[in-house]
Amino acid sequence: MSERSLYRPEDTRFEVDIEALITRLRPLLPAEGLITHEQGRRAYECDGLAAYKQLPLLVASPETVDQARAVLQICSESRVPVVARGSGTSLSGGALPHPQGVLLSLAKFNRIKEIDPHRRIARVEPGVRNLAISEAAAPFGLYYAPDPSSQIACSIGGNIAENAGGVHCLKYGLTVHNVLQVTLLTIEGDQVTLGSLAPESPGYDLLALLTGSEGMLGVIVEAVVQLLPNPLTKQVLMASFPTVEAGGHAVAAIIAGGIIPAGLEMMDGPAIQAAEDFIQAGYDTQAAALLICELDGGEAEVSEQMRRVETILREQGADRIRVARDDTERARFWAGRKAAFPAVGRLAPDYYCMDGTIPRKHLAQVLKRISELSAAQGLRTVNVFHAGDGNLHPLILFDGNRPGELERAEQLGGQILELCVEVGGTITGEHGVGMEKIDQMCVQFRPEELEQFYAVKAAFDPQGLLNPGKAIPTLNRCAEFGRLHVHRGELPHPQIERF
Amino acid sequence: MPTSSDLTAEIAEQVRQAGATGRALEIRGNATKRFYGREARGEPLLMSEHRGIVHYEPSELVLSARSGTPLTELAARLAEHDQMLAFEPPYFAGEPTLGGAIAAGLAGPRRPFTGSVRDMVLGVRIVNGRGQVLQFGGQVMKNVAGYDLSRLMVGALGTLGVILEVSLKLLPTPQAEQTLTVDEPVTRIYELTEQWLRAGVPVSAAAHDGARLYVRLSGAASAVAFGSQRLGGQDFGSAERFWRELRDHRLAFFTCRGTESIWRIVLPAAAPPPDLPGAWINDWAGRQLWLRTDTDPAHIRREAQRLGGHATHFRGGDRTADVFQPLDAPLLRLHQRLKQAFDPAGILNPGRLYAPL
Repeated sequence: MSERSLYRPEDTRFEVDIEALITRLRPLLPAEGLITHEQGRRAYECDGLAAYKQLPLLVASPETVDQARAVLQICSESRVPVVARGSGTSLSGGALPHPQGVLLSLAKFNRIKEIDPHRRIARVEPGVRNLAISEAAAPFGLYYAPDPSSQIACSIGGNIAENAGGVHCLKYGLTVHNVLQVTLLTIEGDQVTLGSLAPESPGYDLLALLTGSEGMLGVIVEAVVQLLPNPLTKQVLMASFPTVEAGGHAVAAIIAGGIIPAGLEMMDGPAIQAAEDFIQAGYDTQAAALLICELDGGEAEVSEQMRRVETILREQGADRIRVARDDTERARFWAGRKAAFPAVGRLAPDYYCMDGTIPRKHLAQVLKRISELSAAQGLRTVNVFHAGDGNLHPLILFDGNRPGELERAEQLGGQILELCVEVGGTITGEHGVGMEKIDQMCVQFRPEELEQFYAVKAAFDPQGLLNPGKAIPTLNRCAEFGRLHVHRGELPHPQIERF
Repeated sequence: MPTSSDLTAEIAEQVRQAGATGRALEIRGNATKRFYGREARGEPLLMSEHRGIVHYEPSELVLSARSGTPLTELAARLAEHDQMLAFEPPYFAGEPTLGGAIAAGLAGPRRPFTGSVRDMVLGVRIVNGRGQVLQFGGQVMKNVAGYDLSRLMVGALGTLGVILEVSLKLLPTPQAEQTLTVDEPVTRIYELTEQWLRAGVPVSAAAHDGARLYVRLSGAASAVAFGSQRLGGQDFGSAERFWRELRDHRLAFFTCRGTESIWRIVLPAAAPPPDLPGAWINDWAGRQLWLRTDTDPAHIRREAQRLGGHATHFRGGDRTADVFQPLDAPLLRLHQRLKQAFDPAGILNPGRLYAPL
């Protein structure tokens, strides 16, 4: 794929004396902790959004909080941008390096400091992998609930920065609902504790503000997360529907019926076929939509709810319902859904994963519009969907080696996100804005709202050194994108240049 | 009778004018929590006529309403669809509004089991101190576009913005509910609640008044029946009133004598009861303590901090002194800069949360 300049002139206004910076950083870090040669920096040029690449100026990989603080202080004094990175699995370019900045790798902060089974908490360093927390908690019958599909690799620091979700959010919440406390370094080198082991802390809810702030406000050096007891019982069923609309209605009917499933996922026909070809999960490939529903809790409650869900699904026109008999079958039902991305990856050389969230009632209409928009761009789209919480993941198939296809895929992606905003939803449910969706932020927010974001950013990072050019677009960017939200015909900020 | 009116333009104009002349505003719903926080001052900005449910979609589990909407109106509307606000907000005395419930961020006995106020907030419309009407978050469960300024409003006591409208995640009303009392000492409240939860008992409240442990079970009828059997204890009968009076501070316990005042002490899970003189009620399975005492505030704060928690001078006492646990210097600096970011002229409920904010 082609390399393009992703940063704008106003994001790359820094004047960095690299030799002086190296001289100051070198004595602070372990021998391998400062990477200056191109080959070493190349390993960090992209995150999970591999279409976007940028070499960092330097890579710093501290091993202690004091070292991390020293790096930040020096960068702050010398006005050098800093991009924090955990495992680099972001799907939105959140950890994409800055060309004039230090890429601050937190990979060495990988210790689980404490599992307290009595209080059901884990105290961890930011580089600890999401799944490693659940693995360490497992001997005590506990787990960490948010389970993004990259959980085998993604780090908890990155999860907090992105407010990561997963397939169990509807019942167990997002990262913001499962983190109790964070130790944060500000760019100026202050260490602050946000949140508390108690149910709340005095003052503003800075922990909620930090969660999902995409590395723009500070650098996380420790987190305390809540653990949950393993559910006593689980039941998983699969239901086939003749139309996507019927599947969408069934989802609404389950929720309206007072049932909150642990997981409620939907796949469309092409996604079912791709998953079945890839992993042979036993999916009904004749179905236009497949619903996977997981219920958990006490035995009596789960069997009662199971009966009610089956009744609702039949009323809503399910052709076929299969209830998993045992753990092995439950795992197989989920395997297809969890492998949906790699399965779809076999259908085309490249795919582009979207992350819009919509009110569930618009599901059928939105999926129809997506297929029309895809056809107009001459591209195919496959849909997997966290149906319970309205989070869509349309996967746009394309071939990056064909001239113009990446651009068309990006254009289609943008159109899909704007469609999500149009029906009252959002451009990103769990992947973050990063670099990828920054133009669409101009559609979702008005200039006054963007300015409020700038002011919040400046409260934490007055010089604008943390992750510049990400998450919140500048008004210049929006003007150039041509989607500056014009309110009542008044062009805001007539003084800024229009391109 | 539910009424609906949108006073956005008038409210924003009043904020702009106050900003232009640097006059402080006291944001006021129905003033049911006026006793809370530091002393209120400024010209009243009346919110109670800015009211009405704007959007309610039971199958989405989402409701949006204007901030002046009374909680009783919301509760009645939600009850028609067997849904409820998950955080059991206190009413205290009178007719509290949604905006006040969000700004105060207080939750009832259900909080440790179903979530806090901020856990349920999906989006807000506010007027900032510049008089700009801004919208953050939305009406969907998952939304990570932009900083989460919606949840930041919870508990900020109006010092960052005037809340105009709130979108909330709802929960289905439990099918069945039962309260039991158990003769166990308060020192076992956390440990027992944990044992029950891990055994699948649907605990939705656990409180202790020094004499008995009160446990509320909520959920599917089968789950409540199972829990009731597992717990043993005595059936408390129609306990709705007990939990309501605990939530609203109407139990006899909350009546102060002489120089006594009410403190709220919030503690980590499994913390031992604080060593403080006075009468207490223990809620949230040991994580929230109501203390009625005339002890020195500094002593109470030190003890709460020693146990990893914090203390709020909830009702009574000196309302011009610190009411909330003081913040350390770097944290206070961030708070001041954030206040500046939302309300540069310092006109929105100045000093209500902390003197410098």
